[in-house]
Amino acid sequence: MRTDLARPELGLTPAQQRRRSAARRRAKRLIAHAFVYIVMTLLAFIFLLPIFWMVSTSLKLPQEIFAWPPDWIPANPQWGNYEEAFTKYPLARYMFNSAILVVANIVGGLVSVPVIAYGFARFDFPFKHVLFLLMLSTMMVPGHIKLIPLFWLYQRLGLIDTCWPLILPAFFGNPFFIFLMTQYMRTIPRELDDAARIDGAGSWGILIRILIPLCRPALTVVVVFTFVWVWNDFLEPIIFLRDYDSFPISVGLAFFQGRYSVEWNLFMGATLVSILPILIVYFFAQRHLIGGLASIGIKG
Amino acid sequence: MLSHWRKMTTQERRDAKTGYLALSPWMLGFAVFYAFPILATFYFSFTQWTLVEPPVWIGLDNYIRMFTRDPLFVSSLKATTLFVALSLPLKLVLGLILALLLNLKIPGMNLYRTIFFVPAVISGVAVSLMWIWFLQPDTGVVNTLLSYIGVQGPYWFWDRDWALPSVAIMSIWKVGGAAIIYLAGLQNIPAHLYEAAKIDGANQWRRFWRITLPLLTPTLFFQLIIELIDAFKIFTEAFVITKGGPLKATYFFLYYFYEEAFRNFNMGYASALALFLLLVIMSATVFVYRTSGRWVFYEN
Repeated sequence: MRTDLARPELGLTPAQQRRRSAARRRAKRLIAHAFVYIVMTLLAFIFLLPIFWMVSTSLKLPQEIFAWPPDWIPANPQWGNYEEAFTKYPLARYMFNSAILVVANIVGGLVSVPVIAYGFARFDFPFKHVLFLLMLSTMMVPGHIKLIPLFWLYQRLGLIDTCWPLILPAFFGNPFFIFLMTQYMRTIPRELDDAARIDGAGSWGILIRILIPLCRPALTVVVVFTFVWVWNDFLEPIIFLRDYDSFPISVGLAFFQGRYSVEWNLFMGATLVSILPILIVYFFAQRHLIGGLASIGIKG
Repeated sequence: MLSHWRKMTTQERRDAKTGYLALSPWMLGFAVFYAFPILATFYFSFTQWTLVEPPVWIGLDNYIRMFTRDPLFVSSLKATTLFVALSLPLKLVLGLILALLLNLKIPGMNLYRTIFFVPAVISGVAVSLMWIWFLQPDTGVVNTLLSYIGVQGPYWFWDRDWALPSVAIMSIWKVGGAAIIYLAGLQNIPAHLYEAAKIDGANQWRRFWRITLPLLTPTLFFQLIIELIDAFKIFTEAFVITKGGPLKATYFFLYYFYEEAFRNFNMGYASALALFLLLVIMSATVFVYRTSGRWVFYEN
């Protein structure tokens, strides 16, 4: 509207004027879009550069690694490097250790979180609000404060150098997941509970048969986030594990650096392999995560 | 409490019992993984204790040493604060800009979203290893590219002055994580507000300052708190890349704590350090929270 007033084009019929300004708007939008694409592509290129460089290095011959100027893409990609990385470093063993921790933590979360959230979402009892706030405040407690007392406790119980310190906490509910699941359960109409109750279901039957199946988006978040956190965790494993053979992949990878002479081509291959499970889970899960996370509604 | 209990009906009492039962795993977990460790750390911080013999009460000695004659305490606190001051504002602002770009209704944005989020899901160890290689002084990508335009790149992690900024740059690479949270906030802003502003003749710039930014402040606030806590806990990068060096330039607080506790087994002194970091993080959070009334805008 205003553009028409600003530039009155004399000698044209109103219909022609409208068509012209529409065409101009379209051209303007096209230029804006092209500009955005250029900026985004450039940014994406910069963001992907470290990953690209890792992949490129992982396919090089030893003498190509320190060549100058460096080859961006190796002339003769050495796919055999990956096989060598697996035989040279105990990659498979470390990834297997991580996988066990991931599965155990996921089981712990799936067993504990829905039950605890059910208590917060569906029942009224004295001090519920206080307990909920207490639970929320534990989300803000940085993990390092727990390490010394827990180390002492686990040592007394003979659990140092076993995987239990890295698994047990999951069975008592992670506060972030409890919060998420509680919020999600609150969005499910209580009429469904009542209908099941009339059909003779008890409190736990309602949880198992009605609520848990409906909470699938939130449960997906629990599974995916647990996977990513446990796979990436570093501080707790280096403290609670001693034996090289029981290391998860994150710790194993960090220790390759010190224990082996660094052959960067193999090493970058190993790093890439170590992040592949995370990338695969992320690509498959990203569409399903939005629904589960939306219920938090980051508004105060 | 008891009088309250007596006033409840049978049904209410049964509900309350089920509720407490559902919460019991969390309550047990709270006692073991939060209440006990925090109280125990507090107690240990007044002792001298090397794990071999029982802790010996030494009163305020640990704190006196910390504040009066521990240059490492001062330098690690300085390094951590500097890291927070460098990375936090950049991450918040760049995350917002990235989110605004990703929020444009243009085909193909999903692909960009996926790309920018990838660094945020990769483990700290894998990222660190990738960046050691990426920022190699002589054959790394960055210095090679710089040499093309005639600039002699710095020694990055291996230079006393550049090590800390390098770690900060690396952490900014993970800005996609923040951008995704902003994006969720942006998509919660009702479209009719923009349409109304358009009709009133507000241009894009004004719409950003008058609508987008105020309505995004709750998300900004949430993000600020999360990133603040996270930045203070910087550890893995120092452990994997620099070992706190060169010349203690990246000897971050948590790394100092880790070495004191689990390398030197000065559990008493390390407990005092842990408690101090907890207090720093908590007071920073409370400070942000206190100021939030002035700049965080809630719709209702």
